[in-house]
Amino acid sequence: MPGYAERVKVFGIYIQGGPIGVVVATGGIRRVIEFRAVTKRFEDGTIAVDELDLAVEAGTITVFVGPSGCGKTTSLRMVNRMIDPTSGTILVDGKDVLTVDPPTLRRGIGYVIQQAGLFPHRTVLDNIATVPLLSGWDKRKARTRAAELLEIVGLDANFGKRYPAQLSGGQQQRVGVARALAADPPVLLMDEPFSAVDPVVREDLQNELLRLQAELDKTIVFVTHDIDEALKLGERVAVFQTGGHLAQYAKPTELLSAPANDFVASFVGRDRGYRTLTFLHAEVPVHPVATAKLGERVTITDWTLVVDEQNRPRGWLSGVDGEVEVSERDLVSGGSLYDGSSLRGALDAALSSPSALGVVVDDAGAVTGVVKADDVIQALAKARAAGEVPK
Amino acid sequence: MTWIFENWERFWEVTAVHLRLSVVPVLAGFALSIPLGWWASRSPKARLVLFPFANVLFTIPSIALIVITPVLIGTKILDEINVIVPLTVYTVALMIRSVADALSAVPGNVVAAANAMGFRPLRRFLTVDFPLALPVTIAGLRVATVSNISMVSVGALVGLGGYGQLFTEGYQTDNTDKVLAGLIGTVVLAVLADGLLLLIGRLLTPWARVGR
Amino acid sequence: MGGWLFDPAHWSGTTGIPVRLLEHLGYTLLTLVIAALIAIPLGAFVGHTGKGGFVIVGLSNALRALPTTAVLILVVLWAGLGDFPVYVALVLLAIPPIMAGTYAGIRAVDPVTVDAARGVGMRESSVLLQVEIPNALPLIYGGFRGAALQVVATATIAAYTGAGGLGRFVFDGLALQDFGQMLAGAVLVALLAVLVDLGFAGLQRLTVSPGLRPVGSGGKS
Ligand SMILES: Nc1ncnc2c1ncn2[C@@H]1O[C@H](COP(=O)(O)OP(=O)(O)OP(=O)(O)O)[C@@H](O)[C@H]1O
Ligand SMILES: [Mg+2]
Repeated sequence: MPGYAERVKVFGIYIQGGPIGVVVATGGIRRVIEFRAVTKRFEDGTIAVDELDLAVEAGTITVFVGPSGCGKTTSLRMVNRMIDPTSGTILVDGKDVLTVDPPTLRRGIGYVIQQAGLFPHRTVLDNIATVPLLSGWDKRKARTRAAELLEIVGLDANFGKRYPAQLSGGQQQRVGVARALAADPPVLLMDEPFSAVDPVVREDLQNELLRLQAELDKTIVFVTHDIDEALKLGERVAVFQTGGHLAQYAKPTELLSAPANDFVASFVGRDRGYRTLTFLHAEVPVHPVATAKLGERVTITDWTLVVDEQNRPRGWLSGVDGEVEVSERDLVSGGSLYDGSSLRGALDAALSSPSALGVVVDDAGAVTGVVKADDVIQALAKARAAGEVPK
Repeated sequence: MTWIFENWERFWEVTAVHLRLSVVPVLAGFALSIPLGWWASRSPKARLVLFPFANVLFTIPSIALIVITPVLIGTKILDEINVIVPLTVYTVALMIRSVADALSAVPGNVVAAANAMGFRPLRRFLTVDFPLALPVTIAGLRVATVSNISMVSVGALVGLGGYGQLFTEGYQTDNTDKVLAGLIGTVVLAVLADGLLLLIGRLLTPWARVGR
Repeated sequence: MGGWLFDPAHWSGTTGIPVRLLEHLGYTLLTLVIAALIAIPLGAFVGHTGKGGFVIVGLSNALRALPTTAVLILVVLWAGLGDFPVYVALVLLAIPPIMAGTYAGIRAVDPVTVDAARGVGMRESSVLLQVEIPNALPLIYGGFRGAALQVVATATIAAYTGAGGLGRFVFDGLALQDFGQMLAGAVLVALLAVLVDLGFAGLQRLTVSPGLRPVGSGGKS
């Protein structure tokens, strides 16, 4: 398993000077994609995008969010010329996209769509190798690169020989991401890539994307209609309003604390105070908790956390006094786990636990203690006092 | 084209024969294929026997089936039955599939609802399953009719009637016009029959067009 | 009844069964190649652009109504005896199913897949050749195999105008009132049809991606 530094070097070998060139961090902010007064009116008169001005910075995840039909997809597809604007200019790396021939442009921009859109007649490996082969790499090099990407998106090597129909939705989506990354494009466009998978898999994929972004340092434009997903992934979030207007373009915390208008305020939701907790990281006291292993005979007096051999939580034992043998069927399950990420995670763990104690786990998933909702509220008050929460 | 106008009576005469030789097998074949198709839609075993058998029937050249038929059923070589029986066989072979597919495609919840309302099987078939299966069935019937109309001509190669007679006579007397007359007659008949079935289908299944 | 078929005398010489079988196979294969060369590009082009679908449907239906016998005789009257009229008649017979299958196959490819092909930077030619056609292959083969069955069966009437093939046995038998010979001809044609279909089924298995087989059949997991 190559470490982070090694992997970047591996990528370096494959970086190709396409028409868009290679993104080079120049220290300051660099605009990789720029919309200048872009309007799209379809033949039937629908105005999908109205005078859009927006700049996407290098190396960030920028999220387009908004209700259905507000022009997110149209905006995204104008970047790789799947749709051409009616008026205005779109620059990618300083170059007007209308001056680049579409196939060449698209090979330099990764594109991931909702249903993955894998080629059903090609194996996973060949799907991933598509763009390198189109760009004229030799077959062996393209295959090697594809195998590497399979690992990067967290799929076992033997998936390479399968066909898309033999994968789950989440796995297909990973392959879709791998295919988009194959020629190492500096820019990645993702159109609701995770909306067709179940919530658990979606969260996996979101975390995976954040990890990938930290490793690969791509410029990503991500479309979603899920405000939680937008706030989680976006360094900058563009909220679109029906009719193709950009309502607000800001950092997530700013959207929550200072929505530009009523539309944004209602779109980020009534519980936006709670959502703000996602962006707060403060020390919450961790209390010890009574634990027991399955099959043990224990005397319990209060809620007891049952753990497995690796000290990972299995469930709660209700606080009935007396001596019992810990068995699977007495367990009360439930409760999210708090991994030290944000105050929202801590509060959620406490509130969702049957014992009102939020289980705290370390990176390996082992129990380190519990948190209480009161403590979270206190931590929040302290953070507020320190001026961490914008009013 | 001139041949048609100069030989109007003869043209109508062969048209009538052609029509009889193609319509009778369509009707007979359709009638036979309903119970068989229903059986196939019910029983996988029946499908396993009927479908491959139907496929093999198709591979027998029509001319061969026409010349073999009199030997098999003991008719005279110039009996119209010799065309009607093979074309009926082809129609059945084609329609079993259509009817079976159409009946299998009737939504299960509709059938269940009809059963729950207390329909007896035969009545349910006639008033629920079959009408719902009509659009697909009629699509199959259109293909069968057009190919029958075109196939009747083959009978003329052994001396039977219909437009095919104009082909063979035109060939023997080097009369291109006569052959063309038969060809035009066949195509017009096919187009008319196809259109008629399309129309009947629309009239019988008004619900199929709602919302288009 | 099988006497004629198994008489060794009928298995040799320039008018023997093997020669007629090869003639028949020759008509069939060359017809299918010519028809495919015409029908697949036409169906694929119209399917790809999505424009002119009604032309394809109309043309297919009109051609289907054409009696092959009449076409054969007409071309003989115009161009004289030989193999040429046979090919004209059979090619016209084979075009509709192949063209309709190709058109339907291309139209049936998931638009998301086609969109993705453009999205990764394929040119229109690659979209058609590398994505649409490979995915349409099952339906293209469906039309093609249907055409093959019809051509094998109908090539029999070529013998009416004096051409070769297994139809010779049917028409010669008819002229001689030799029922055994007619039956042998019919059986041989049916047999050839089954063999040709098996051959194309094999070709289909070799050339259609396993990824397109119905889920659950074949492929490792
Ligand atoms: N090809 C087209 N022709 C006409 N109108 C179109 C076309 N494509 C999109 N539109 C319209 O443009 C508007 C914006 O569509 P777009 O697909 O960009 O929305 P979206 O924000 O991506 O919505 P969703 O969340 O549902 O995907 C909609 O009103 C849509 O109906
Ligand atoms: Mg969209």
